[in-house]
Amino acid sequence: MQYALEISQLEKIYKGGFQALKGIDLKVEQGDFFALLGPNGAGKSTTIGVITSLVNKTKGEVKVFGHDIDKELEQAKTFLGLVPQEFNFNQFESLLTILINQAGYYGVNRKLALKRAEKQLKQLELWDKRNDSARMLSGGMKRRLMIARALMHEPKVLILDEPTAGVDIELRRSMWDFLRELNQQGITIILTTHYLEEAEMLCRNIAIIDNGVIVEDTDMKSLLATLDVETVILDVQENAPKAELEGYVARKIDNHTLEVDVKKCQSLNQVFSQLTEQGIEVHSMRNKSNRLEELFVRLINKDNSGSSNDTAGAN
Amino acid sequence: MHTKMQSAVNRIALKSILHKEVHRFMRIWVQTLVPPAITISLYFVIFGSLIGSRIGEMGGFDYMSFIVPGLIMMSVITNSYSNVASSFFSAKWQRNVEEMLVAPVPNWVIVAGYVGGGMIRGMLVGLIVTVISLLFVDLQIHNVWVIIATVALTSALFALGGLINAIFANSFDDISIIPTFILTPLTYLGGVFYSISLLPEFWQGVSQVNPIVYMVNAFRYGFLGISDVSLTVAFAVILSFIAVLFTIAMTLITKGIGLRS
Repeated sequence: MQYALEISQLEKIYKGGFQALKGIDLKVEQGDFFALLGPNGAGKSTTIGVITSLVNKTKGEVKVFGHDIDKELEQAKTFLGLVPQEFNFNQFESLLTILINQAGYYGVNRKLALKRAEKQLKQLELWDKRNDSARMLSGGMKRRLMIARALMHEPKVLILDEPTAGVDIELRRSMWDFLRELNQQGITIILTTHYLEEAEMLCRNIAIIDNGVIVEDTDMKSLLATLDVETVILDVQENAPKAELEGYVARKIDNHTLEVDVKKCQSLNQVFSQLTEQGIEVHSMRNKSNRLEELFVRLINKDNSGSSNDTAGAN
Repeated sequence: MHTKMQSAVNRIALKSILHKEVHRFMRIWVQTLVPPAITISLYFVIFGSLIGSRIGEMGGFDYMSFIVPGLIMMSVITNSYSNVASSFFSAKWQRNVEEMLVAPVPNWVIVAGYVGGGMIRGMLVGLIVTVISLLFVDLQIHNVWVIIATVALTSALFALGGLINAIFANSFDDISIIPTFILTPLTYLGGVFYSISLLPEFWQGVSQVNPIVYMVNAFRYGFLGISDVSLTVAFAVILSFIAVLFTIAMTLITKGIGLRS
């Protein structure tokens, strides 16, 4: 099977000796919606930088749709579209100029580029701003402009490095819809994000990178299945009696809030029946934290304690 | 077929970079095209009309006619250099250079695009200055092909120099150091205002290592038919410098110096 992206034994040591990537392996299937998660400085942006040839790798192999970036860089590049973390367009150029020039770098002629620019700017609700200088746009608009720019040559793989950072909730949700739509059209999407909820909602497969090492590489369902306990918050009536929940750990947070730990093998129905029996009315419920967030913290902590043990052992 | 496709892609990419570059300096024409016109007009007034009339002849021509080719060349050199230096550095600084680095644009196309942009600005300014000079002097043309070849090659050479400067630059100050400390002295000592035959023998020898002497003299030959150096040597020097600077620029961009971490 030909993968959209294949990375093997990728290493990156920056000048000064900092090793950002310590031999990572990663495979992304065609048509996938893939999340690359990790804390700040974990190596996410370095990985993306190497794939898109903005960072020189130290060792290892990267293939995009079977094209090795060492041997067929130009072919590999034609498959990729990049939405970087930082704004990296000429702030003094108009949106149309930015898009048409970008298309030109991929060999798309002006006439076709203009058509595509119109399509992308309309889809991303920027058409009215097409002749404005890019510096006049809001942060959210600038992010959308970078998405439009990345799509001008119709790439098969779209890489987004924290695309919704600093974007308000409404806009974030509309961007999610847009990305889902692109994925449904067959574009492979690789996403790095700090919003774990975003990864959980959008992505089918996930890799977690920490300290230059892939600590988890699996599908989202399997990863979430490893979560044993979830904490739910229940909003109950004012001055409800103290709840006694047999088989569950429950905590009264305040006069109208209850927190209950529910194991994977337990059902929520039991919680509700016991509360009803005790005359406690539940008005609403929500998860205490994002499930993926809990897993993420656990995996990163496990990895860090592992590495400190290794260091202790070496000493 | 693949080569054909790639060359079509390269051609469109080159056109895009050129379009971007020309659009950039035309958008800010008050900063890019007007100042050289004003500066050169002042040179014409002060050195040509006011002081020049007291100097008399140089190389068999009145002083004004003698310095005009050098002044045109000076503005070509400065503008080709500064156009690429500031445009490429600004692309680095705003990080929009990444737009080209992630795209399948071969490095030689990037170099050619920026150098082409610098050449167009340099030659356009040269043309503006030439038109202004007509207000002060009746320009004669000895050999138009020498004029065209010299101005094109010189602007290419200094555009390459500006590109290399921008690749190494880490701040806007870094792109003004070379023009201030190297380019301006070399230009002033490059025979723009005098014939190097007037210098003592030792300084004539020193002037031979200043590449700008060859460009100014070849250009002056095109207008007046006089030169302090052989035309063949002048073109050999210019072409050699272009070859060296092009190789350096290509090596730096291929290695990603100042561009890729």
